Amino acid sequence: MDLGSFLQYLISGLTIGSTYGLTALGFTIIFNATRVINFAQGEFVMMGGMLSVFFLSAMGAGLFPAIVLAVTCTTLAGVVMERLVIRPVQGANVINIILITIGVSIFIRGLVMLFLGKDTFALPPFMGTESLNFFGATIIPQSLWILTITMFVLVGLRIFFNKTIFGKAMLACSFEQKAAHLVGISVDRMVMLSFAISALVGSIGGVILAPITMTSYDVGILLGLKGFAACILGGLGNPFGAAAGGLIIGVLEALGAGYISSAFKDAFAFIILLAILFVKPSGIFGKAEIERV
Amino acid sequence: MEGKKGIFSFLIFVVITFGFPWMLTNDYYLSILILSGITAIGVVGLNLLLGYAGQISIGHAAFFGISAYTSAILTTNYGLSVGTGIFSGIALSSVVAVIIGIPALKLKALSLAMATLGFGLIVYIFLNETITLTGGPSGFVGIPRFNILGYDFYSDLAYYYLVAIILTFVIIISLNIINSRAGRALKAIHSSENAAMVMGINVARFKLFVFVLSAVFAATAGGLYAHYLSFVAPSSFDFHFSIKLIVMAVLGGMSSVWGGVIGALFLTSMPEFLRIYEELETILYGLILILCMMFMPQGIVGGIGKLSGFVMGMFSRGGGRNE
Repeated sequence: MDLGSFLQYLISGLTIGSTYGLTALGFTIIFNATRVINFAQGEFVMMGGMLSVFFLSAMGAGLFPAIVLAVTCTTLAGVVMERLVIRPVQGANVINIILITIGVSIFIRGLVMLFLGKDTFALPPFMGTESLNFFGATIIPQSLWILTITMFVLVGLRIFFNKTIFGKAMLACSFEQKAAHLVGISVDRMVMLSFAISALVGSIGGVILAPITMTSYDVGILLGLKGFAACILGGLGNPFGAAAGGLIIGVLEALGAGYISSAFKDAFAFIILLAILFVKPSGIFGKAEIERV
Repeated sequence: MEGKKGIFSFLIFVVITFGFPWMLTNDYYLSILILSGITAIGVVGLNLLLGYAGQISIGHAAFFGISAYTSAILTTNYGLSVGTGIFSGIALSSVVAVIIGIPALKLKALSLAMATLGFGLIVYIFLNETITLTGGPSGFVGIPRFNILGYDFYSDLAYYYLVAIILTFVIIISLNIINSRAGRALKAIHSSENAAMVMGINVARFKLFVFVLSAVFAATAGGLYAHYLSFVAPSSFDFHFSIKLIVMAVLGGMSSVWGGVIGALFLTSMPEFLRIYEELETILYGLILILCMMFMPQGIVGGIGKLSGFVMGMFSRGGGRNE
């Protein structure tokens, strides 16, 4: 096993794992506010990439404005989704709400397919095309962009949850909604905010990955599943566990593809996930659940 | 099967299923009915797991797939009889269900969802990538039509009755389980595992029992599917199919065996009718799913129950208004 190819797999794993991690963060933020897994999360990621391509090519906007527009639109879509289909069914059976989010994901996929077609698109890399050589591994500049932006998002969220009044209010809701309500926090508004933030984070994940892996109307399905796997792996409810889970899945996948078989790379990540779940059901970074009877 | 209402629903089902399809002149409708019936066999099993025991599985398509491929390979490549093939498929699926079920059923709600989801994806990837065995993404062709004791079920009508008979058996078994000790144990587990355990119910054993039973039903459906279409491809048993099975169970009505049947019929036939809208098909499908879940949380069977309760209430002048 030579260092160069190992580093190469590691870097490509961290690159793709960043998007899994951001997707997983989105799942976690909504889960903490509502106890629901939002299966439309993958579509937010897809919208980030696809809308950027759309604004760039069809509207002729520059790359940066196109990305800002795409991320804004996706964030709005998250808010609209919460207002139209999640808020009216408050207190419904969890499985019903999950199926509603699956319906939303099918709906969004259908809309994007109708208006933007079934083709695969690539977004140009953000800046620089010349690859760097790093101990025998080749790093494309976009990888560095992905890692840097992911770090910024993580730090930003950390500050948001720990320092700002809205972030603290959201944390309070995730611990105990009734108590949060009693101290005057508008739980409804916090749930809406959680949808906005996860759509924002998810779409950023989609935008930064689009120059490397290409994007099409149906990339959200697999990205969503990997993101869900990442947040279960990291311990459901723990945002930074979710991000770490994403990186771990990305790296495992890349190593599995490199050393064992690229055909089974997706299976590899899920086999490890099952093994971990069976040994430690609360995930790697999750606290063991103490159940109240 | 207990109570007048149960027997009444059962009789209606038997009359509609067996008395009416020979009048259908259109083969296309008949094939939709056959596929609905096959899917219903699987959904009724999933409903026992999801609706009665409260355990989610987003990987049930895998049991369809394992069984369909096992039977397809054994009958086509090794010349075994179709009966042996289907039974081997069911046997293999139940063994896999036991191996997966023992560790997975210890997990709670969303972790269980993830574990079964992962299991389903692993099986799907396996079917896709072991090309020498399964034919890979392009599928496995030339599977013999179902035959038993020298009788070939070549006509669609004959196959329809075969599926209908098996579906009826599956429903009878399910109704009997629900009204038995095991059924009550499952409902107890659904309301509270701790309480059930305190009452002396062996929670792990009953959960495994219903998981394996639902896998057996799904595997039966998988075998019937392979020997009906004489072609299987991994894409028929992917993540979407697992989700579709859950949607069928919930949309039909989780708290009733009939919900599974109605959900399967509704969701198998609906895309065929939506097909005329071509590009809008996916959007409409998503929209219908959202609206049904928002406004009919108890599913179609629950909706019918509410409606009939309302009508009965009108006739009995307030007598039945409060159930």
